[in-house]
Amino acid sequence: MTFDPFNTSTLLAILPEFLLVVLAGLVMLLDLLWPESRKRALGLTAATGFGVIAMAALAFSLPKGGNALILGGMIRDDFVSFFFRMLFLLSGLIVSLISLDSPGVGRKGEYYAILVGAVLGMNFMAASADLIMLYLSIETTSIALYLLAGYLRDDDKSAESGLKYFLFGAFTSAIMLYGFSLLYGFTGKTNLYELAGALAAGAVPIPALLAVILLLLAGFGFKVSAVPFHFWAPDVYEGAPSPVTGFISTASKAAGFAVLARVTLAVFPSIETYWVSLMVAIAAVTMTLGNTIALSQKNIKRLLAYSSIAQAGYALIGLAAASPAGIAATIYYLAAYIPTNLAAFGGIVLVYRATGSDEIADYAGMSRRAPGLALVFLVAFLSLGGMPPLGGFFGKFFVFAAAIQQGVALGNNWLIGLVFVGVINAIVGLYYYLTVLKVVYLYPPRAETKVDVPRAYRVALWACVIGILLLGTWSTPWIGWATAAAGNLF
Amino acid sequence: MNFPFLSVITFTPAVASLLILMMPGERKTEVRATALAAGIFATLLAVYVYLAYDQSLGGYQFVEKFAWVPQFGISYHVGVDGMSAPLVLLTAVVMLTGVLISWGIDDRPREFFAFLFILATGVFGVFVALDLFGLFFFYEIAVFPMYLLIAIWGWQVTREYAAMKLTLYLFIGSVFSLVGALAMYYVSGLGTFDMLALEKANFSVEFQRFWFPIVFFGFAVLGGIFPFHSWSPDGHVAAPTAVSMFHAGVLMKLGAFASLRVGIMLLPEGARFHMPWIVLLTVVNVVYGSFIAMVQKDMKYMIGFSSVSHMGLVAMAFTTLNRVGYVGAGMQMFSHGVMTALFFACVGMIYDRAHTRLMPELGGMSKKMPFVAVAFIIGGFTSMGMPGLSGFAAELPIFLGVWNARAADVVREYPAWLQWVAAMAQTPWYFPTIAVVSAIAIVVTAAYVLRAVQRVFFGEISHDHDHHVGDVTVLDKVALAILCAFMIGIGVYPAVMATLVDTGVTPILKLLGVA
Repeated sequence: MTFDPFNTSTLLAILPEFLLVVLAGLVMLLDLLWPESRKRALGLTAATGFGVIAMAALAFSLPKGGNALILGGMIRDDFVSFFFRMLFLLSGLIVSLISLDSPGVGRKGEYYAILVGAVLGMNFMAASADLIMLYLSIETTSIALYLLAGYLRDDDKSAESGLKYFLFGAFTSAIMLYGFSLLYGFTGKTNLYELAGALAAGAVPIPALLAVILLLLAGFGFKVSAVPFHFWAPDVYEGAPSPVTGFISTASKAAGFAVLARVTLAVFPSIETYWVSLMVAIAAVTMTLGNTIALSQKNIKRLLAYSSIAQAGYALIGLAAASPAGIAATIYYLAAYIPTNLAAFGGIVLVYRATGSDEIADYAGMSRRAPGLALVFLVAFLSLGGMPPLGGFFGKFFVFAAAIQQGVALGNNWLIGLVFVGVINAIVGLYYYLTVLKVVYLYPPRAETKVDVPRAYRVALWACVIGILLLGTWSTPWIGWATAAAGNLF
Repeated sequence: MNFPFLSVITFTPAVASLLILMMPGERKTEVRATALAAGIFATLLAVYVYLAYDQSLGGYQFVEKFAWVPQFGISYHVGVDGMSAPLVLLTAVVMLTGVLISWGIDDRPREFFAFLFILATGVFGVFVALDLFGLFFFYEIAVFPMYLLIAIWGWQVTREYAAMKLTLYLFIGSVFSLVGALAMYYVSGLGTFDMLALEKANFSVEFQRFWFPIVFFGFAVLGGIFPFHSWSPDGHVAAPTAVSMFHAGVLMKLGAFASLRVGIMLLPEGARFHMPWIVLLTVVNVVYGSFIAMVQKDMKYMIGFSSVSHMGLVAMAFTTLNRVGYVGAGMQMFSHGVMTALFFACVGMIYDRAHTRLMPELGGMSKKMPFVAVAFIIGGFTSMGMPGLSGFAAELPIFLGVWNARAADVVREYPAWLQWVAAMAQTPWYFPTIAVVSAIAIVVTAAYVLRAVQRVFFGEISHDHDHHVGDVTVLDKVALAILCAFMIGIGVYPAVMATLVDTGVTPILKLLGVA
């Protein structure tokens, strides 16, 4: 593997990342140049930038096929990384738009620059094919997110959120790094695909390999907020600025899944039976715990924190199936989950602006104060609950179907049992999602003032709703893409 | 390609719903007009489909099919047969009359009609679906708007409780059916959700016997089968009038229809095996439902339990596994739908004006709203099974079918704790006895209907009501007239529906191996 930085096709493959660096610099520069009155345009610049980069990626950076390892084996130019990069860019776009009028963050240049940095890290997370690159990209993402979570310096909860996130992140990242070092120590290699060859040749005894995968799962489990690495989620979600919470709960989680899927499938096929059992257990516990605790939440951001833990559990079902259909289902699940949760958090920002509160009780009568916004909550929460014709329905259907298929094919009754657990959890989930909708639609409003929905938010929320509906009705091309991407991991 | 009638019918309400949502909330008249236009349009098309269905050909007609998610063998496949064509018509009629009688809703009519129409799209979709996945897709769409419709516009006393209870009951039921459907999909090995293909999948006898109760009851929850019926009266009572009409008139048929289409038609061996004991549950439905209706003071609860009783007759007809019984089931689904929609419409009109539904507090309403009184009495006679009305044309075949039914010999293989059922079921008097016992319900029905008519419409009117209660609007009268016309039309000339339903029964009997 040669390092050939001046090859055009190589450079085009990481064009989006180059452009992201430019965008971060541009936003910082404009922040210095523009007067305070114009600073709302910073967010629009960032959003436009994300949109332009996504289009440039579509035009120039489509993988050439052949799953090439480029840049000295650091990056794998395949459809998985491409698919996830598009997801990250689009969620960056939406998050920029819903940040515009969020108090404390909307008019800050460095906020958007850090956001761009986080997206950059995630892009590399999804594309890394080397332990070093992987670790660097995970840290790039995490450090940016710690900053964003604690961005409201004068707000105790935000500061606490940033610090908690940092401590948890540093801790799990160190454990994961230990796992990386063991892998390197046993095999002398850092490239994931070369590691796989060495491990298949039996370079590492199975018990040691099991220890390694447990160490790695600490880091990845933290990213996707899977039990038992979920403890940070509720506090961080509650304290962080709402657009950031939306970002952490969607893009960051998806990036975690991209890494989790790539590493487990590429490096550990030799102990697949073990980690499949592990995933089944983690998925079952994650869903059940998330949904059960969500039942008693009074704060909408905490509720969505536990809901997002549960959602990670559903997405893990596809991974536990460990089949191309299963991975495709997980990717589809995440693709549907991202616009859904972003729509919810966009609404949360607006309600907070109007009421200064994130308590569910203060959502009373939103259907009178902002009928359109209430409809967005309706679509988002029912999609989270897995109702057709919304994206969440197909997501759930695909993961369940993949797990049953694999369970029948391999005679693995645990997978079929996992689907039953998932189905029961879907019912529990629907209950608390409906409870929120009940408050929104049924209870009398606490104030009569209308909730203002600025145009940028309208665009962002419409985009999310259309995305949710599209993924929930016309799923053929998307599941085709997800299947193509999943095929690259095997 | 021919004009896609069924898709247009199915998605008319959905499109209308989107249009309505895009209107400003204050333009209430435009919202109502759009809803009415969609209702009329869907009804006209449904009438056309009903009349244009070629009975000499039979089978599925107006079929449309194209790939939806080819990776999983999911297609968008719709069509109607003799069983579903009347139900499509029923849905359109209830939708139209529901819009007419909801004209007066003043609290967020935009959202009300939008949600109601999403529900309607789901219902149409289930009746025309020929793909198992499509059926579930629409089934869930039909279930969840109920929650909001009841919780927001329902009766304040019980709406939160009833809406949540209903949603969870139906969702849990449908999830069990969904697991059964996935099992069929994978075990068949055909890689398709197409029900016409799955009908020929030749599932093993053990598979069918195991999954039939799960699938059948999963759907039959929505059909109100005992002991999973308790959501139904609570839901009827809490729902606003148009939703009660939809709910009792159409949604309960959804449950019965889906348990027929998926349970009985795809797992016929399971049906032959399990029906001899399920019939006992339906007897409880029919008889117990009518007695509970008897003791109600609240008119809506009375009609709610009466629906449990009448829908029990549909389920009982399903257990007969013979032609007469199934024709009766098809007729009863339509007849009960129209009748119960009429009842709920009448009660809604009375409640809106008198502000009570308690029969002891009402009286003399025929003086104030004679049109409603006449319509309610026609509905009441239909409910009792009076000849000349659709109830008679539906219930007579059901009782004949039950009388003639015989349990399959496989009941001998029942587990030990069910042997007592098997012993009874093998005797020749088993089904005739059930028919006789169920006939008690007719007498009880006559009693509570006549009592309700006497208490509510005749007798002394209270002083308060005499001053405040006015007559119903023209739109209300039009809605009632439409519903009455169907009951009388089918009652006078049953062949207008019976021959059509009969063409739908033939393939079912073929699957059951009794034709």
